[in-house]
Amino acid sequence: MARKVTTKRRITVTVIAWIIALLIFFPILWTFLTSFKTEGEAVATPPHFFFFHWTLENYLEVSERSDYVLYFFNSVVISVGSTIIGLIIAIPAAWAMAFVPGKRTKDVLMWMLSTKMLPPVGVLIPIYLIFKNTGLMDTRTGLVIVMTLINLPIIVWMLYTYFKEIPGEILEACRMDGATLKEEVLYILTPMAVPGIASTLLLNVILAWNEAFWTLNLTAANAAPLTAFIASYSSPEGLFYAKLSAASMMAIAPILILGWFSQKQLVRGLTFGAVK
Amino acid sequence: MGQITLSKVVKRFGDVEVIPPLDLEINEGEFVVFVGPSGCGKSTLLRLIAGLEDVTDGHISIDGQDATELPPAKRRLAMVFQSYALYPHMSVRKNIAFPLKMAKMDQAEIDKRVDGAAKVLNLGDYLDRRPGQLSGGQRQRVAIGRAIVREPAAFLFDEPLSNLDAALRVGMRLEISELHARLQTTMIYVTHDQVEAMTMADKIVVLQAGRVEQVGSPLELYRAPRNLFVAGFIGSPRMNFITGAEAEAHGATTIGIRPEHISIVPEGGTWTGKVVVSEHLGSDTFLHVDIEGREEPMTVRGDGEVPVRHGDTVQLSPDETKIHRFDAKGLRIE
Repeated sequence: MARKVTTKRRITVTVIAWIIALLIFFPILWTFLTSFKTEGEAVATPPHFFFFHWTLENYLEVSERSDYVLYFFNSVVISVGSTIIGLIIAIPAAWAMAFVPGKRTKDVLMWMLSTKMLPPVGVLIPIYLIFKNTGLMDTRTGLVIVMTLINLPIIVWMLYTYFKEIPGEILEACRMDGATLKEEVLYILTPMAVPGIASTLLLNVILAWNEAFWTLNLTAANAAPLTAFIASYSSPEGLFYAKLSAASMMAIAPILILGWFSQKQLVRGLTFGAVK
Repeated sequence: MGQITLSKVVKRFGDVEVIPPLDLEINEGEFVVFVGPSGCGKSTLLRLIAGLEDVTDGHISIDGQDATELPPAKRRLAMVFQSYALYPHMSVRKNIAFPLKMAKMDQAEIDKRVDGAAKVLNLGDYLDRRPGQLSGGQRQRVAIGRAIVREPAAFLFDEPLSNLDAALRVGMRLEISELHARLQTTMIYVTHDQVEAMTMADKIVVLQAGRVEQVGSPLELYRAPRNLFVAGFIGSPRMNFITGAEAEAHGATTIGIRPEHISIVPEGGTWTGKVVVSEHLGSDTFLHVDIEGREEPMTVRGDGEVPVRHGDTVQLSPDETKIHRFDAKGLRIE
């Protein structure tokens, strides 16, 4: 029996939902507001909410002091590059696991996912040394490789669950209909899997964009992405909250916009299979 | 076209032998139904013929050619799946045209064949819709359309009606039978529903645990089941089995009598019992009668007007000429 939804109940739920949403959103809002304050106002007690002297000074200074375009370019190369290479490796892997499963397929999947449970710092030293010895330190290539490896389990896992939803009988039907493996991929599987591949791509671009541990530890100047750009303003010897906020806003704005426009796709991808 | 021969075909999944050595001959233009309880290997057998599973041992030949090693597409067979297996991202027209496109047929011929199939299957108004916008019966027709445009050597149906509701199932059953009458192409049809098997088949293959229990026309199986399994499986409601002294009196270990071969008599019946359930279908009445000394109630089929109700005591008399006799191994005694 369906529960009766009273007006009172609806109002309560709406209010609670708004409170939770605002709590989650507040840090971003606060960063946004702070980025338009002077350094003095940024640390004022009690804090000023909306009634302060709005200024673009921080943005101008941050742009002047650092090469934003280079950081941005590095972020794009690292996140998009690692995701595309990851997809190229993961699509055949997920395919094989979903449609030609072996006895150990589940174990392989679990093992792959288990690498994500390891604290990254546990492998920092070996990777650091490998990077140092192979000349990959502070290169975009190096970071693309690391990001690909780090996100590969998630990409494979997401695509696997997505492919699992495609009924095997459809593939058998197209084989009966005379499709070769290439035609099967081209005409049947790819069109059916496009939403899944797209949401996997989006999520991994976001994850790689926001990743800070490896990007901070393995880069200096040349390959540093936007995470390093933010970190360069969090200095212990001075009060630069307003500039830090401006840098943060500049770093997260592109991905926020991308996420905003693709949220429908993302939610669908992440909850796929949960509801039939 | 459409002669299929299975010789000594074996299928094993690991150590499990699902099809022990099996021989079967399917003649050109025949409507053959594989029937049996779930897990009897009927779908596996169909998939072996289709080429979707590899045979472990033995040979399959189609129209005299060895097809054992041929991929599914090269066997000139078309299959209709239980789940319809339509391509959800393509319109009905593209779904039906797909096998022709794969065969690199020219567009004018494709259009002609698709329109022809759409006409036969009453799909003309739906050609530009997606499968998701169709009802179950329409989807099944699209799947059949996709099969007929190829003009295959034989059609394979894997429980095609089991996802449809009862009324639609009867309609589609008729449509498939009519299609067979018109095309005269070999059809192999898998079902667990013996009513479908009886009504559609030229030849029924009864399977149990991968073994062929009997092959014959529907009436042959009904009139002369070769063993207890076939006797119990074919016919609805099921045959009544009697063991013990009564069977021995007929020179058998078990005797079987179908519900429709037992009549209710006013007096002097062979058995006397109490009606536990009476099912009135209008045209018929099925009585379940408790008889002393029998564990299961005996099923009796009477006409729709039988004036008997729950709790009544009735006398029953079998038609002696219709009694089936089976030996200790469960095989028929002629």
